[in-house]
Amino acid sequence: MRTCRDERVSGFRSDVEAAIPALRRYARALTRDAETADDLVQDTLVRALRSEHLFHGGDVRSWLYTILTNLNRNRLRSLARRPVMTVIDDDDAPDMSGPEAGSRDIERALASLVEDQRAALLLVVLEGLTYREVAEVQGVPVGTVMSRLARARAQIKAFLDGERPALRRVK
Amino acid sequence: MTDPDVPVTEAELHAYVDGELAADRRPAVEAWLAEHPDDMARVTAWRALADAIRARYGAVATEPVPARLSLRQIERAGRSWRGWAAAATVAAFLLGGAAGWGAHAFTERSASAAARSTAEAVDAYKLYVVEVRHPVEVPGSEEAHLTQWLSRRVGYELRIPDLSPVGLKLVGGRLLPGPRGAAAFFMYEGQSGERFTLYSTRAGGPDSALRYNDDGKVGALYWADGDVAYVVNGEANRERLHKVAESVYAQIERSPGR
Repeated sequence: MRTCRDERVSGFRSDVEAAIPALRRYARALTRDAETADDLVQDTLVRALRSEHLFHGGDVRSWLYTILTNLNRNRLRSLARRPVMTVIDDDDAPDMSGPEAGSRDIERALASLVEDQRAALLLVVLEGLTYREVAEVQGVPVGTVMSRLARARAQIKAFLDGERPALRRVK
Repeated sequence: MTDPDVPVTEAELHAYVDGELAADRRPAVEAWLAEHPDDMARVTAWRALADAIRARYGAVATEPVPARLSLRQIERAGRSWRGWAAAATVAAFLLGGAAGWGAHAFTERSASAAARSTAEAVDAYKLYVVEVRHPVEVPGSEEAHLTQWLSRRVGYELRIPDLSPVGLKLVGGRLLPGPRGAAAFFMYEGQSGERFTLYSTRAGGPDSALRYNDDGKVGALYWADGDVAYVVNGEANRERLHKVAESVYAQIERSPGR
């Protein structure tokens, strides 16, 4: 009983460990800030180790993406509750346009997205998850994932075309 | 869907770019793109976007992992992180996204232990929360006595959380029969007279993250830590109940000896 559990635990542990580089990549793109991203990964790992008893099989990686995505959404929500001073750069048009846009434009283009759209896009194009896996991570139907992707791409195109970002729509 | 004459949808274009399109539909999409330069331009732009994102962030995964993210380090820091992790568990629960994982992961044993404790707590809540003159046995003004007495009866060290940060004052507590021996029951009251209760007893099941349920009137949040289960009850206002539970959770996690 004991050894069986230990084997399962060590398998879980090594699966978590193997996912760390990818989690860092996803978090970096999600937050566009190295420090915040690693904080998020650390928080995700703490919670994963602590909540291991809630994990009964399945894909550890998807589970970790789920935790991280939720923690980030919560982080943004609590940031939104706090009054913050932001610089409004209305005429902050991209330096370049078109698909060859520089890395700074990619960051700003991602920043122009609604959080759920950004997460969906990154999970697909950066992390290589299937639509079905993203649906599980985000806790929504596959059709919702597809529409988030479509909106994300349309928004980024508009952004890179130098248009004013379209009015953000919720969900 | 395999008919090449069926017009290609935008969804299919995305699926094509993302490698999600059924193989038998691919020739039709490619034929379509050859004849629709606008769509071809979109597909090209989406691919370029994916390439740009990968070019910008792909290398992060090959960077050495900072020491603070090593599992050994995180486990060593485990104890001091407990309070944080508790908050994170609450946070993830608040968002609901992780609830699915938690829910399907529950064993029957823990589910029934949770269900029993929750049911007992809800019954106690319904019975005493309407009580005007005698809602509790020992008033909150005798908190030290209440703590000592109930700790002795339940057989583990209790700590009565201070819920003034969430606008609640301790009314007092009482001893109740629980599913596995004695249970401690505390009542709190808000400014507009709304009442919340905290119920604690032996868990009889494994650790568990927060589980919410309500019957439309009474809301309950259950969790178990070590061998101790907690249930917070109040009106079925999920958000408010979470705030209260979060405060209880954080203080219990920080208490010594547990």
